[in-house]
Order: sequence, then C-alpha cells, then structure tokens
Amino acid sequence: MSLFEYAPAPESRSIVDLQPSYGLFVDGEFTPGQGTPLKTVNPATEEVLSEIAVGTDADVDRAVRAARRAFTRVWGPMRPADRGKYLFRIARLLQERAREFAVLETLDNGKPITESRDVDVPLAAAHFFYHAGWADKLDHVGLGAAPRPHGVAGQVIPWNFPLMMLAWKVAPALAAGNTVVLKPAETTPLTALLFAEICQQADLPPGVVNIVTGAGDTGRAVVEHPDVDKVAFTGSTEVGKQIARAVAGTQKVLTLELGGKAANIVFDDAPVDQAVEGIVRGIFFNQGHVCCAGSRLLVQESVHDEVIASLQRRIGTLRVGDPLDKNTDIGAINSAEQLARIRELVDIGEAEGAHPWQPAGELPERGFWFKPTVFTDVSPAHRIARDEVFGPVLSVLTFRTPDEAVAKANNSTYGLSAGIWSEKGSRILSIANQLRAGVVWANTFNQFDPTSPFGGYKQSGYGREGGRLGLRAYLKES
Amino acid sequence: MMAGMTHVLDPTALGDLPGPPPRGTPDAFADVTRSDAAFRAFLHGLPGVDQVGAEARAAQLGTRSIKTTAKAWAIDTAISMVDLTTLEGADTPGKVRSLAAKARRPDPTDPGCPAVAAVCVYGDLAGVASDALAGTGIHTAAVATAFPSGRASREVKLADVRDAVANGADEIDMVIDRGAFLSGRYLDVFEEVVAVKEACGSAHLKVILETGELRTYDAVRRASWLAMLAGGDFIKTSTGKISPAATLPVCLVMLEAVRDFRAATGVQIGVKPAGGIKTTKDAVKHLVMINEVVGEDWLSPDWFRFGASSLLNDLLLQRQKLRTGHYSGPDHVSVD
Repeated sequence: MSLFEYAPAPESRSIVDLQPSYGLFVDGEFTPGQGTPLKTVNPATEEVLSEIAVGTDADVDRAVRAARRAFTRVWGPMRPADRGKYLFRIARLLQERAREFAVLETLDNGKPITESRDVDVPLAAAHFFYHAGWADKLDHVGLGAAPRPHGVAGQVIPWNFPLMMLAWKVAPALAAGNTVVLKPAETTPLTALLFAEICQQADLPPGVVNIVTGAGDTGRAVVEHPDVDKVAFTGSTEVGKQIARAVAGTQKVLTLELGGKAANIVFDDAPVDQAVEGIVRGIFFNQGHVCCAGSRLLVQESVHDEVIASLQRRIGTLRVGDPLDKNTDIGAINSAEQLARIRELVDIGEAEGAHPWQPAGELPERGFWFKPTVFTDVSPAHRIARDEVFGPVLSVLTFRTPDEAVAKANNSTYGLSAGIWSEKGSRILSIANQLRAGVVWANTFNQFDPTSPFGGYKQSGYGREGGRLGLRAYLKES
Repeated sequence: MMAGMTHVLDPTALGDLPGPPPRGTPDAFADVTRSDAAFRAFLHGLPGVDQVGAEARAAQLGTRSIKTTAKAWAIDTAISMVDLTTLEGADTPGKVRSLAAKARRPDPTDPGCPAVAAVCVYGDLAGVASDALAGTGIHTAAVATAFPSGRASREVKLADVRDAVANGADEIDMVIDRGAFLSGRYLDVFEEVVAVKEACGSAHLKVILETGELRTYDAVRRASWLAMLAGGDFIKTSTGKISPAATLPVCLVMLEAVRDFRAATGVQIGVKPAGGIKTTKDAVKHLVMINEVVGEDWLSPDWFRFGASSLLNDLLLQRQKLRTGHYSGPDHVSVD
C-alpha cells in the first residue's frame, strides 16, 4: 500500500447501448448473416459482449453488389463537394458521440480508456475531417486534372485500433469517390457496427459503406471477390502474403500495411528522461499491439545501464488493470490467442539466453493480461529481436557507433518505423536518411497525424496511408 | 514461465532514506567546482531536456483522475505543504499575525484540518511571524538576498540573510544571481549560494532559481544541480514576482534533478514550486507528479512545499465540499 493510493476512477459504461446481437451492414441496412455467429468478448473480463453475424461468400457478394450499385448510380456521379459534406458530417458525428465510441472500443478491445478517448477516437475523427477537405480538391493530388476512383474497395482491418483503422481505410476511399466493403477484425467488430449507425445518421446513401463481419473466410471472400477493384489490408505479414498471392494476376490494386520490428535508437547524447518516456510510449502504448511499436531498443553501450535503470524505474509506475479506469496505463491483451503467442515468444527469449525483467505487482485473475516485459542482453540472432511479438515486450540491444546502430536497425525483414533519440540535429538527419523504414520519429515515438503518410519497406508492406500519398492509393490517373 | 526473472534493478535500491543532509558539496562532486571551466563542463554535460517531451509528460501526468479518498488525502497533504506567503510592500505586523493565525488553524470550523508548513515573509517581519508561531511547529521562512531581483552586493545579501535569521527565520528563501548565471559565470553563482548557506547557520536554505528568467529547461536543470551542489536544502522555482512562475514542466525537470542527485550522492533535496499555483486541481497535479516521478519519499512537507497564498483557500473550499457534500463559497473561508 503506497502513501498516495489512487481511488478507482472508472468511466461509466452506461453510455453504451450494447445489443445482444448484430447483423451485417449491407446497402444501408442491418441484415442477418448466413454464417454461424461469433461471440465477441471483453478481453479484460472474458464477459461475452454480443453475438456477431458472420458473412458468407453470398453475403459478401451481396455487399459488393450494393457497393457497385452505389458507386455507379450515386457516389461516383455525385458532385465532389457533396461527397465532402457527407464526410464532414461523419467526422462531426464521431466527435459528438466520442465518449460512446471510446467506451465501446475499450470494452471490445481491452485498451485503456485514456487511449481510446485521447488517441483512437480523436484521430479517427481527424482522418474524416482531413479527407473531407480533399474531396473537391482531387485535381491537386498529383494525378492529373481529373483523377478517377477505382470503384469498389475491399478493406480488411486489424483488431489493434479498430475504429482508427476503419477511418484510415474508409475516409480516403470515400473522399476519392470509391465505395467500400469493410471487414473488421473478428475480435473487435463493435465500433465498426456503431460506425454503421453513424452512416445511417449521416444519411449516407445506401451501399456506399458496407460492413461485413466475420473471421478469415469472410475476409478472403472480400479480397477475392472478382468485382472488387482495390484491396487494402492492414494486419499480419503472413496474411498479407496470402492476399498478395490471391490478388496477383488480377486487375486489382493492392496496398498492404503489415508487421514491424521497429528500432528505437538511443544515442549517448539523448535527453534521457524524455527518451525513457519515448521508449515506454513506443512499446507499451496499446499493450504493444502496434505494428510500428518500438520493440527493439538500440541503446548506445556507454549509457546502457543508466537508460535501463531509468526505464525500469519508470515501468514500475505503469498502472496495469481495468481498462475502463481513467488511471490505467496498460490494459488487457486483446485475445487468448494473442496472449498465447506473446507467452510463446517470451519463453523462447528466455530459452535463448536473454534476460527478462518485469515490474512487481499483481495482474487481474480473469481476462487476458501480460506484464510489461524488458529483455536485456538480447542478441540480433534471437527470435525476440527478429519476430514481431505484438505485445508489451521490449528487446534491448546495444551498439557502439552510429554505423553499427544503422546496420542493426536495418537488419530486419521489416521496415515500418524507427525512432532516433539525440540532442544533435545533424546526427538525427544523417541517421534518418540511412534507415530503411517508412516512418522515422526523432525525439518522439508513435505520433500520428492524418496529413502524414504511413507505410513500410520490405515485409512491412507497400503503399502509404494518410496525406496526399495515401489518397493517391484510391485514385487513378485520368 | 518467467521462473528465471531477474531484477536488474532492485526496486527498493533508490528508496532508502539518506541521513541528515550534509553541508557543502558532496565529495563525489568536489572536483567539478574546482574551476570555472570544470564547472561549466560539468553543468553542460548534464543530459539535455527535450522541451516538447517534457511538456508532453507533464501534461500526461495532469490527466490522472484523483477522486474520493485519494482526493481527500491529497488535499490534506497539500495543505500541510503550503508555505503561506505574503510578500508585499504593504505588509504590516498585523497582517503577518493574522496570516500566522490562519497558518495554525486554516479552517476554524474543523479542528481536523492540518496546519500549513510555514509562513513566508520578508526578513524584517520574520520576528513577528516567529513570535506568532512559537510552539506550533510551523516554520518561519524569510526571503533574503535582495529578493526578488538579487541585484545587490554580496555583503548586502549576506547581511540580509543574517538579519532574517537573527529575527527568528528558520528557513531562508534566497534568489540566485540570474544575471551571472545567464552570462555563464556559474562559479560566482555557486560561491554565493555556498556563502549564503554558511550565513544561514542552522536555518534551512531554499534556493530560488527564478525559472521564468532562465527560460529553457536545460538552464533549469543546470541551475538545479548548481544549487544542490552548493548545499541548498530545497530548490524553488520562482519568486512569484516574474511570470511565468511555477509550471508543471519546470517542476518536472526539478524533480528529475533531485531524483538524480539523490541517486548519485545519497542526499535528498526538497522542491518548492512557488507562484501561480492557485487551485486544488493544480496542487493535486503536483502531488501526482511527485508520486510518479520521484516517489512517495517526497510526499511530505519536509521535502515538498507550495509557495502560495490564494491556493490555501481553494484547498479549504474543496475540503469542505468533500466533507459536507456541497460547495460553500468564499465567505466560508477567511480572507487571509
């Protein structure tokens, strides 16, 4: 018992009106799915939240046909400024119902309410605002005077940022004049279904946005449907490869945003206290369920002990527990399956000879939980230095010179993001130019903005999301 | 799984309280003040502070939600940390006596309300304050060294200190020579603090950095280390006469400095933000920051103070609200 014990400060869940079951959102209406329904659970308590329809091939076909019809008859021919009005309307509705979305996201995903409230929902709204402004200015994206939409976009999104990933996919697609069929992740469909209500509330023409829930088979049906023109996927590299194979030889345009194993490089002249904050934000934000997480800490040998001691002291102050409590820093792992994968890789890390450390403290008995974990003495050959853990597990490696830092940072099959911590501006610029990563943060980490393109090198995927480049993925030259 | 967990850092290793603060520069750092060049090299070799990151961290700590029992504890703790201050040209013995009465019994309707830590006045009124506070355990703090500007000769400053101590002050709040600091004459500033500390005798020394004039967080960290090495018992943000005075990020940087100083020397130094902290919410944010940045060893009036005047009444109003369930109003607390 500490001197200053924070009393529980739970956000009320009464604002959320959970229905016992949800259908598919096709052609502007909720309709039953033909597959065997799935249950979605609260990962913090294992409580079943609701039953979710599962879309079959026939359901997906119905959704794609609705999207095609809407594209041909309504959304495609619509004046661009009017498309912008719908997007502005959606953005404002997201803001108006922000608390509802935040609580629902936390219930379904397990992330702390402070993150869904301060990051996920505001960024989702920001993406709609940003792209709403683009809708009638497409002649400035750099694809000629009158770029054209692809048509029907099939989009499959992951469970780590359910609403935000939806916004990253849907907002640019609609702004460019496409219609969409979106498949949310099977463990986190609820905010997408609430978003469907927003589409109704905004009077969005039926068929412009279709949301088909389900698991891998439903996603495959979306991607492989012959009348889909553009495929966008965010998720694991393994599934990304399957999609690339499925799409090969077709006319479909593809963007993939896949895994990562980002290097967060701390030089000996770094602002240590802020670097420690950035390391924590880099790997423990959203329980480490972040494709661009700074999961490899590369620290200069001369400051290794100091940085690790500060880091461990700081991790000791992280509050792990009830995601709805406004003082929680680390919430629940999203699923039993993901927890098992994290445990497996951590066990391998231990067996390979790296040294794990965890802070003191108890975890809740029910639900899926994993303590923040730091591995020191990690070699670049260890699995925990190469494989994406997608959990709150940091691997610490060291380097002696800037060249060695660059070599180790780039020694990965991934290339999504990286971080540099140094007080020396010239060093930051020079290292950033040598890193093969889509996003390089300097003296910060995990900062996102709709104006800034996001995407990877190598097995982290191809194509960009956000900014002008992201919008171009949904357009073709006239 | 996890059977082989090793604790690289013993979580209690930094938690052992040091003995009484020694006088003068800790031995480990004796050589850094041997010359101007060495001292400059040392201060400029401290890790930099990234402004954006420090401000983001302070803002993040400010979002903690402190409710019910935690809030009640925080309010009482904050009251016990207040240096109730009057530093006006118009101060009189009567005003100081009434402030002292308020310091002893901040809420006359509730004997359970804690007393404040100290009454802070100009040196000539220290005698009035210490007489009025005799036997209460409440300290008498006096500002000295040509407060607030510090623009006087060293002889005058030291005489100011001796006078305040002779008048009964057991805590001295000095100002550093910001002009000397900003022009890089660190050793001059250091030697002045050493001399003031000596003139204090047994009185506790709080060193005011006047962070609103230092401007950068790098300078705040350097000035903090300078004051700690010179033997200051507390480092204090501001005089209250310059804006901005105490801000959360400045306090964060100073807390990090005392944390690092204790880790390096075993000596614990106190922190006092002063000026601009007016609401209970502000005070609670500071307590959260102490709790999460330096830990509970600093959660006591021996190691943390609020230099404030109007803050106390807001704390009392919030305290009454928690106790009675409804808000009262400014007429339910005394004007000073």
